[in-house]
Amino acid sequence: MSSEQADVFALEAREAREAARREGRELAETERIVAQVEASTPQEAIARTRANEELSSEMAPGSRAPMIINLGPQHPSTHGVLRLITELDGETVRDIHPVIGYLHTGIEKQCENKTYWQGITLVTRMDYLSPFFNIHAYTQSVEKLLDLEVPARAQWLRVMISELNRITSHLVWLGTSGLELGAISIFFYAYRERDRALDLFEMISGERMNNRFFQVGGCADDMPPGFETLLREFVTEMPSRIDEYEGLLSQNPIWLERTRGVGSLPADQLIDLGITGPALRAAGVDLDLRKARPYSGYEHFDFSVPVGTNGDAYDRYLIRLREMRESVRIIEQCLDGMPEGPHISDNRKVVLPPRGELAGSMEALIHHFKLVTEGFSVPAGEAYCAVESPRGEMGCYVVADGGPKPVRVHMRDPSFVNLQGLRPMAKNAYLADLIVMIGSMDNVMGGVDR
Amino acid sequence: MSEYRNLIEAACPGAVVEEFEGPGDEVTIEIAAERIREVCRFLKAEPAAFRQLSDVTCVDVLDGNGRGGRFRLAYQLFSMDSGDRLRLRVWADADQPEVDSVTQVWGTANWHEREVYDMFGVRFADHPDLSRILMPFDWEGHPLRRDYPIGGEEVKFSDAV
Repeated sequence: MSSEQADVFALEAREAREAARREGRELAETERIVAQVEASTPQEAIARTRANEELSSEMAPGSRAPMIINLGPQHPSTHGVLRLITELDGETVRDIHPVIGYLHTGIEKQCENKTYWQGITLVTRMDYLSPFFNIHAYTQSVEKLLDLEVPARAQWLRVMISELNRITSHLVWLGTSGLELGAISIFFYAYRERDRALDLFEMISGERMNNRFFQVGGCADDMPPGFETLLREFVTEMPSRIDEYEGLLSQNPIWLERTRGVGSLPADQLIDLGITGPALRAAGVDLDLRKARPYSGYEHFDFSVPVGTNGDAYDRYLIRLREMRESVRIIEQCLDGMPEGPHISDNRKVVLPPRGELAGSMEALIHHFKLVTEGFSVPAGEAYCAVESPRGEMGCYVVADGGPKPVRVHMRDPSFVNLQGLRPMAKNAYLADLIVMIGSMDNVMGGVDR
Repeated sequence: MSEYRNLIEAACPGAVVEEFEGPGDEVTIEIAAERIREVCRFLKAEPAAFRQLSDVTCVDVLDGNGRGGRFRLAYQLFSMDSGDRLRLRVWADADQPEVDSVTQVWGTANWHEREVYDMFGVRFADHPDLSRILMPFDWEGHPLRRDYPIGGEEVKFSDAV
């Protein structure tokens, strides 16, 4: 290989070194690993591994130099674009180094240059499987800063739609993680129900994904005619559908073999790593923000929080299925006890006036014009609100300075935090199990990279 | 004064600079920057028992706090037993922003601090792996600083249309 070729391959290595030199520091761990991988061609890497093998064929397992393999970023089982630099000793993973940022779109920066109501559109696009939870965290923070009361009906609508979103998110997880392990059928079953739920989303919000349905002050609209009947049909049918999924997987010997005992960490370590959601509850920690810090009227609902024992991939699977059943119960309670009243606050300084008023009221027209062109101003301060998303604690930290645009919007995405658990989990596991671990953590890379 | 301020003041005298309450149930306690790790270690243990660190992030306050600080760090603590939340605030300098890392206290701080370093250029002393996390390693500048322009980056292939 010519030195020119080597230069091309060493580009990333050189960039990392130059950046470190510019800032007057040593290479950090991840930078060193990436530089090491990039500094050699595949042929060189194979030659080095062969040489290692010849040298160390007599040595005990674990004493050989590791083979370094780049898993991703473009790999179907990484749920997006996750790159894992994997140090392998035979089939055993010695260490992994996650490299993220391939889906970074600068949403937090863009939010600073948009008005508060425009920001809603941006945050739905982070974790694209749970848009309602992203907006819910965001609007709650803004409402807290505004000291704005959300009408009871709006809160219940939010709970109802959030729980439906939890079901669709878990269904995508179920279908795709089944696919990764070769269980093809479950994908069709899961997506069949997901599609019906997306139809319902489309009916109520006009969009199948990235739904901009929650507004600051409430929800964009009330339930359209016929929605209640269709949703009721869906939730009546859903328990038997979940039975079907369980019939396909829960006792399936291959599924059991692949997921049992895989990817478990002690509960203390999970808490230390900040891991939340089903991954934490599977390890026996009863932490659900809907119970620990009830928001949006969750204290009025009767539901239980499923908790596992082993914390392995199988427990996570069981917990997500049970969570879907609980979500069905919550939606039923929403439909039964939906309070009467407005679906959005009537504070004209924040909320758009109803369409019908625009033709007859000059004041409404002025409010509408001001809200759309300039946006509403939010008193100076900072607020952090979090909701329990399908993946854990979805938090939003908003800093306001009294103007119509936020100074800072930071999203604490559960996928980002939970992904840190992958490294300790994967150490000394089999490479094939690494895929199960990625799948069972249910990280959405759009949320990780934001 | 919140109970947590009293607790911190009793255990780490002189560490609390100020306390802010509101909006709603939000409580923010400003900590002297050099004491942050000590205070975090205290708050994680009994009796405060903030076993979980939810988030670490930063705000670039261009005007600063009048004492040479520009970067305002926010640590969101969460107590799993009581459900309480507490925010710690620490200021970092405009010229050489550096704060002690709390990765030794909560492992989860690792990636949060890398993100703050990547986006704001605030360095964390004793961090095990302080490298960029979302931006490429050779990126110049720190995008979430308030003086970093939006739309300034080159768009690839834009001349091909």
